Amino acid sequence: MARQLLSGNEAIAQGAWEAGVRVGTGYPGTPSTETLENLVRHKDVYCEWSPNEKVALEVGIGSAMGGARTLVTMKHVGVNVAADPFMSVANTGVNAGLVLLAADDPSCYSSQNEQDSRTYAAFARIPCLDPSDSQEAYEFARQAFALSERFDTPVMLHETMRIAHTRTMVEPAGTREDAPLRDYASQPQKYVMMPAFAVGRIRATNAREDALLDYAEKSELNRVEMRDPKVGVIVAGALYNHVREALPNASTLKLGLTWPLPPKLIRDFAASVERVYVVEETCRYFRTAIAAMGVELSEPPAKPLPRSGEIFPSDIQASFGEALPGHAAPAKDLPPRPPAFCAGCPHRLVYCELRRIHAIVTGDIGCYTLGAVAPYKSVDSVIDMGASLSMAHGMELAGAPERTGRPVVGVIGDSTFAHSGITSLLGTVYNGGKGTLCILDNRTTAMTGTQGNPVNGLTLTEQAARVSPLIDAAEKPSMLDRPAGKPLDLVALCKAIGVDEVEVVDAQDLKAIRRALKAATSHTDMLSVIIFKSPCRLVDRSTRPAPKITDCRKCGSCIQIGCPALGKAEDGTAQIDPTQCIGCNQCVQSCPFGCIAFEEE
Amino acid sequence: MPHATASAEASTIELGERVTLEKTMTVLLVGVGGQGTILAGNILAMCASEAGLDVKVSEIHGMSQRGGSVSTIIRMGQHVDSMICDPGTADVLVAFEAIEALRNQQFLREGGRLFVNDEVVTPVPVNIGNATMPEGVDGRLDALGAVRMNAGAIAREAGSPRSTNVVLVGALSTALPFAVDEWEDAIRRRVPPKTVDANLKAFALGREAALA
Repeated sequence: MARQLLSGNEAIAQGAWEAGVRVGTGYPGTPSTETLENLVRHKDVYCEWSPNEKVALEVGIGSAMGGARTLVTMKHVGVNVAADPFMSVANTGVNAGLVLLAADDPSCYSSQNEQDSRTYAAFARIPCLDPSDSQEAYEFARQAFALSERFDTPVMLHETMRIAHTRTMVEPAGTREDAPLRDYASQPQKYVMMPAFAVGRIRATNAREDALLDYAEKSELNRVEMRDPKVGVIVAGALYNHVREALPNASTLKLGLTWPLPPKLIRDFAASVERVYVVEETCRYFRTAIAAMGVELSEPPAKPLPRSGEIFPSDIQASFGEALPGHAAPAKDLPPRPPAFCAGCPHRLVYCELRRIHAIVTGDIGCYTLGAVAPYKSVDSVIDMGASLSMAHGMELAGAPERTGRPVVGVIGDSTFAHSGITSLLGTVYNGGKGTLCILDNRTTAMTGTQGNPVNGLTLTEQAARVSPLIDAAEKPSMLDRPAGKPLDLVALCKAIGVDEVEVVDAQDLKAIRRALKAATSHTDMLSVIIFKSPCRLVDRSTRPAPKITDCRKCGSCIQIGCPALGKAEDGTAQIDPTQCIGCNQCVQSCPFGCIAFEEE
Repeated sequence: MPHATASAEASTIELGERVTLEKTMTVLLVGVGGQGTILAGNILAMCASEAGLDVKVSEIHGMSQRGGSVSTIIRMGQHVDSMICDPGTADVLVAFEAIEALRNQQFLREGGRLFVNDEVVTPVPVNIGNATMPEGVDGRLDALGAVRMNAGAIAREAGSPRSTNVVLVGALSTALPFAVDEWEDAIRRRVPPKTVDANLKAFALGREAALA
């Protein structure tokens, strides 16, 4: 097959397909998302989005146990959600190959933290493969399935954003391995993790660890490259490329298998160079393990490497005292350009109103996290997926609303609600909690690129066929042999859980938003759920010409809704950028003097 | 803007006339989310890979795409190691917006080429009164040796207001060792079929503006 320029995620999908993978599951999360979106294009692989990563892994465990090679994908924080089944399947082992793609995000480009997923592989004692470019991502994906079956273990395929979203040259074989479905037979002592059986499986994991250590010492996944014997660097992943760029003469031990680490290979490498260094990001994963082997590691001579964030070649050069090229000083007087709600975004008016009533907002994860920044500055907390609703209940238990005189409002998106907000809501209702919870239902998983989810009912198969999430479920086209996705009825669900009051409100109607929030936050004796419903503007692309501003009083009310299409002219009057405006009507509603209006059509 | 995923069909590499580079070249494309930096990067990557070069293209997805600052790094050569563009290492910096040019000025190497669309997209913090625009943007760009052009106006002249990014690809092409027909071929394969003629015109006008 011809050479291609593929992202790490595209390459992993290609490698998994060639390895004969039959099932792919996952939950969207930057930087992992495109892996399943590419795998689903192969008609001989079934792929689905799960409501969350725990469910994705459990479906994957079932399918691998049932005999089908399976890929499960998630971002690093998704591994936290999946950690419970993850720790058990590490002991049961698999039947057909099971590979978990964990995609880390050093520097938090699109995440709430930058944890290193490899610590989970070490914790669970399962092999971890760490590609350094797309060619390796492709090859390692194939090898991960072989390793999984050879050692009867789930395998973690680990990547960082820089691998996931960098396109490099790949030469795929282009042919799919014939991996027939494996027979299934009941083996309760292997798959029923009750105490008596679990003890036996932990012993099996011990034996597997010994076998894997032996494999690690000989594996071609690890590679010694001797150059200058004075400097030896132990490195993995994208950083291998940076070390080659920054220190072209240094000898390297490039680790492709990052659990288990090979003690003999590492000691031999350390003995063959004058000084040995580790270059790693975000935590001391290698340094802790290698120090425990009794290997003396040196600190870079000029200064330590950064303790957090991505490490670049210039960081390595600076730490090793290499000269850096001259350049212009960074400009210090520029206005920041943070991400912002799109023109017409259905989250905007809800946050304007939450700002006005000065609510304590326990927030959640998605585009709507941007309600925390100017001009809204109305989100008090963002912790993890689903925390908004449970934390609002905790705030109530601490008496925060009474003591501050501010209502507590939990705010969550539709996909995040399905991910882990339902159990949060259930806990509040079950324990008699009161308060106000808002579900911002924009009909899609917007932040990661408008994926399907259980609320809009769009399956990954339908998403890949470009079926609109706004289509009525009854009008969906038939998708070959796949059942049509079923949308979740949020109102019926909330009522079934036992919520006192459930209301659906148009998220583009400022007066309705104001009335609903006022009603819900004014009574303290019941639990209200408001479902603010209006499609994401990346899904509903309809536009109309911009409204006109006449006799502007320069009050700035419209400016403070934070629309990217609204600015001020030199005389202080508001003006609309017609190239960015989509005619959504939000500024029209925000003007207290009625100065903004659409022209008669 | 939803993430861009290259289709396997479109990304298959057909080797054309070979180009040799003595050193790895770094091109940095910067702009505002939604300005089409990703497509421009794809066109360049196709040109470079079809010239037989090793290529690495790195870009940030996710939250930064919501109208925030974005950048794409393209590195190409006989063998490319890192996919990063560090300060002082960009051979060519193409800014799709003037403020973003200044924000990334430290990445340009001494003697590097700078092409700037001198249209300004006002950041939301300026609109809402939390930040101010810098003074003397054009003068500062000139001091950096920028080739400035109004790429939006040129795209409109080409009959395709959405082709601002391809105008800048035209400007970029004057600083790189690939033949004009290789660029044109990459554009044909990367833009929607109905827009090919307008985009080829935008490319030609961008070249003209950079060479003027």
